[in-house]
Amino acid sequence: MIRARHAIPLTGRLLVSLLIFLVYFVPFYWMALTAIKSKGEMLQFPPTFWTAHPSWDNFAAAFGAFPFWKYLWNSILVSGSIILCQIFTVVPAAYAFARYRFKGSGIFFGLTLASVMIPPQLVFLPVFLLMNRFGLINHYASLILPQAASAFGIFMLRQTFRQVPEEVLEAARMDKASELSIITRIMIPIAMPTISALGLITFIGTWNDYFWPLVLTTSDAVRTLPVGVASLKLLDSGISIPYNVVMAGNLILIIPVLLIYLIAQQRITKAFTYMGEK
Amino acid sequence: MKALKARPYLMIAPAMTIFAVFALYPIIYMLYLSFFKWNMLGPKIFIGLKNYANLLSSKEFGKVFSNSLYYMALSVLLSIVISLAVALFLKKKTALNGFLRASIFAPYIISLVSVSLIWLWFMDLDYGLLNFILGLFGVKPVDWLSDSHMALTSLVIVSVWKGLGFNTLILASALQAIPEYLYEAAELDKAKPFSVFRSITLPMISPTLFFLALTNMIASLKAFETVALMTQGGPSNSTNTFVYYIYQNGFQFFKIGYASAAGVVMMLFIGAFTIAYFMVLDRRVHYR
Repeated sequence: MIRARHAIPLTGRLLVSLLIFLVYFVPFYWMALTAIKSKGEMLQFPPTFWTAHPSWDNFAAAFGAFPFWKYLWNSILVSGSIILCQIFTVVPAAYAFARYRFKGSGIFFGLTLASVMIPPQLVFLPVFLLMNRFGLINHYASLILPQAASAFGIFMLRQTFRQVPEEVLEAARMDKASELSIITRIMIPIAMPTISALGLITFIGTWNDYFWPLVLTTSDAVRTLPVGVASLKLLDSGISIPYNVVMAGNLILIIPVLLIYLIAQQRITKAFTYMGEK
Repeated sequence: MKALKARPYLMIAPAMTIFAVFALYPIIYMLYLSFFKWNMLGPKIFIGLKNYANLLSSKEFGKVFSNSLYYMALSVLLSIVISLAVALFLKKKTALNGFLRASIFAPYIISLVSVSLIWLWFMDLDYGLLNFILGLFGVKPVDWLSDSHMALTSLVIVSVWKGLGFNTLILASALQAIPEYLYEAAELDKAKPFSVFRSITLPMISPTLFFLALTNMIASLKAFETVALMTQGGPSNSTNTFVYYIYQNGFQFFKIGYASAAGVVMMLFIGAFTIAYFMVLDRRVHYR
């Protein structure tokens, strides 16, 4: 039976779909197109919606405006280190909260919860002062340490560890497997999808992060890509803002994350759904 | 046996140390600093509640405060209403709907720097595509970012655009969790679409709506990148919000104590919303 549940006719639905698509596609398209336009064409009116003369000079200009390769390397190094640190802090903590009863676990879990409600945007000033006192400003450590653990990761992984049936562990214990080998040989492989989803989310978050690097660094030696791309805005070019160069840099900043999203879209959205429902 | 007892503590120690040093301690230190006058170089001078008194009497902070509330209220309202409409529209599992949902989620995972820069160019008064498109419909160019009556709303538009995919994702999964038989029963009763929405859909997703309202509130209080990269708090402080104000006072004017006091005020807001959020969360868990 065909039910008339949709009050909106098909053409209307298609039009709305198209509108939603355009609202999200056009800004991205405009970024990519601007990135390959010359300055003259960029300021043309009415604007061109396709370019016959793509120019790659903007990318060269973006690379030359700040130590691009250094910033890129810093981004990779900082993101990678944070992921590694989080594996070593989150996995054992999540396992302990999921599988052991111990005195004070409530308090420590409360501390974990509390750290969720204390965002960087609230505590950056005292964290800066702390880093400054220990001489860590402009060291990689200042960018890595504040994000070396993830409360969200602990919640999510704890849930996964809890779902592992007790029988599996009993069987392993019967075989006299040590607790460590139970964790590394059984629990971690079972939790691998969750761990890799967490890794992806952490990568996206740290790769995109502008706030910590802005606050905790002043030197080219440790600054990351978002800071470099944002600085393109201030490039002296005769016009107020050289948007074609800015968009070229922006494109480079976006591409890795977009690629990861295309490849692991389901896993990422699933993890975010979990985050939203928690 | 002793080693066994210590084991869980050893396992949580690294994570707990990080949380204590980079979340708990800074909060306490910020509270402490808010009672001092300090420019980061000279000695700290204890001035009691003077920073708070200065905050309350500061016209600028009054502006920052009302800006933050306006930004929060408008972005939460728009986010919820639009994402609910989109989630309802994309509810059915078709290839097209899946593609659209994936498309609107894309900005959520890209950097706020990128989103800010894209929209800075998009909203350019003279060469921006947005004004060109509006011009095709006969709308006069809008001064999105340098008109003090418009700029804050423009920043809200950008943040709603960025977050829509996430809000839609959560609402869509809440909509899918509504048992189909409720709708079938309503259909047997020949209920009108609007009354189905009001008496089935809305009550079933109201916990999710409330949850999203709270997360969006907290997220909007944290706004910084759009302000820093698109308007620098201007024109005439019309887009200056909590985080940017603390940043300015701390890193540009070196008024550490004053900035810390502003931080404490912001913390009270986040704290109130977070407590409300956990109370709702707690209830939801019990209902399940």
